[in-house]
Amino acid sequence: MDSSLQVIIDALPLLLEGTVVTLKLIVISLIIAMVIGLISGLMSTSLNRLLRLVATLYVDIIRGTPLLVQVYFIYFGLPVFLDMRIPAMTAGIIAISLNAGAYISEIFRAGINSISNGQHEAARSLGLTRFQTMRLVVLPQATRRMIPTFVNQFIITIKDTSLLSAIGIAELTQSGEIIISSNFRAFEIWGVVGIFYLIIIVLLSRASRFIERRYAIR
Amino acid sequence: MITVENLKKQFGANEVLKDISTTILEKEVVCVIGPSGSGKSTFLRCLNLLEGVTSGKVTIGGIEVTSPKTDIDQLRTNVGMVFQQFNLFPHLTVLENIMLAPKHIKKLNKADNEKKSMELLGKVGLSQKRDAYPEQLSGGQQQRVAIARALAMNPSVMLFDEPTSALDPEMVGEVLQVMKDLAHEGITMIVVTHEMGFAREVADRVIFMDGGYIVEEGTPEELFQNTRHERTKAFLGKVL
Repeated sequence: MDSSLQVIIDALPLLLEGTVVTLKLIVISLIIAMVIGLISGLMSTSLNRLLRLVATLYVDIIRGTPLLVQVYFIYFGLPVFLDMRIPAMTAGIIAISLNAGAYISEIFRAGINSISNGQHEAARSLGLTRFQTMRLVVLPQATRRMIPTFVNQFIITIKDTSLLSAIGIAELTQSGEIIISSNFRAFEIWGVVGIFYLIIIVLLSRASRFIERRYAIR
Repeated sequence: MITVENLKKQFGANEVLKDISTTILEKEVVCVIGPSGSGKSTFLRCLNLLEGVTSGKVTIGGIEVTSPKTDIDQLRTNVGMVFQQFNLFPHLTVLENIMLAPKHIKKLNKADNEKKSMELLGKVGLSQKRDAYPEQLSGGQQQRVAIARALAMNPSVMLFDEPTSALDPEMVGEVLQVMKDLAHEGITMIVVTHEMGFAREVADRVIFMDGGYIVEEGTPEELFQNTRHERTKAFLGKVL
């Protein structure tokens, strides 16, 4: 039997490939999720009832169903209904983006609501429009307060991408499964897979501390 | 300059302004005094529609504020407002606070904007604080910056909502001095205040409000020395 070290060294190329796929999933999904979250968050703080309703419905549906069910629904369910094939990677990105977008929407909503009414009034009394007030006064302040909560959500989403192994995307967790199915070395491989996730997440949280200090709330 | 006709404002069942009518002339300095809950702040906030009115009509410079057709954002550029809690933008420096509205509304270029903003900052005596953030300033300094910010759009009317009420006593004087200078420049000012000394010295006219009505108005001499109404007398007896 090979030594543990040899097993790990042999597995590294495939695991690194999986890590690249995972990083790709994370970056693309989180960018889309931030856009969806911002739009939905703005809708949920809008004066328009219909916009608020749509945002609430979206958040409720996503938060009220398990991510794995959402992944299966988009990958297996939607193609039946639409009569078209959705590639696993695309389905995975859609599912993760929609899922994280709902939680990020709530972060934006809470952040926007945390800015005092006096800030809105001061901006509006100068003649700034509602939109300018949001963009120039409210969001810059709210976003700074939201950084730690965003990072928390990002970390959860990073770990959520491991669920995409269920639809055969060759991301980090799936790579681990593939290796173990041929060499049966669960201890070494799951250990290394775990360490890879740990490294990604620790790097992210250190980076966020740095950003937080840099843009400290005034 | 400003006309107010039968202005009424209700919050739910609570009638805060019952029937307010008055006219404010160009370059007039009007102080609004009265007990808390008398509706004086609400009255001021109805003038630039920070509070929607329940009924009645307000016009400023010939433009009907209360008409749904009026571009209220446009109108507000002509009506500066100073708040009790200053409400400076904490993520921007002092200079950026002042430059914000001219930059995004007038699209004023940076050099002109900075020059004009520095002039305003000089006027309130805080040129050396241009790059400070609001949290680094005292309350009095913050309020002076807030006045400069409100002046940046060249308004013809300035509204002051209890501008010295949140200040430590030793800082009240510096803010009142800036307001006094402004009054002498001939800008139309409406000041909701508890500073009777300021009202007596600077105001052209004093309005006493109580229970959602204007009880009495007149020159400072008329109101403070020859008080006609019992309610005004009772109020002045307590505060003077």
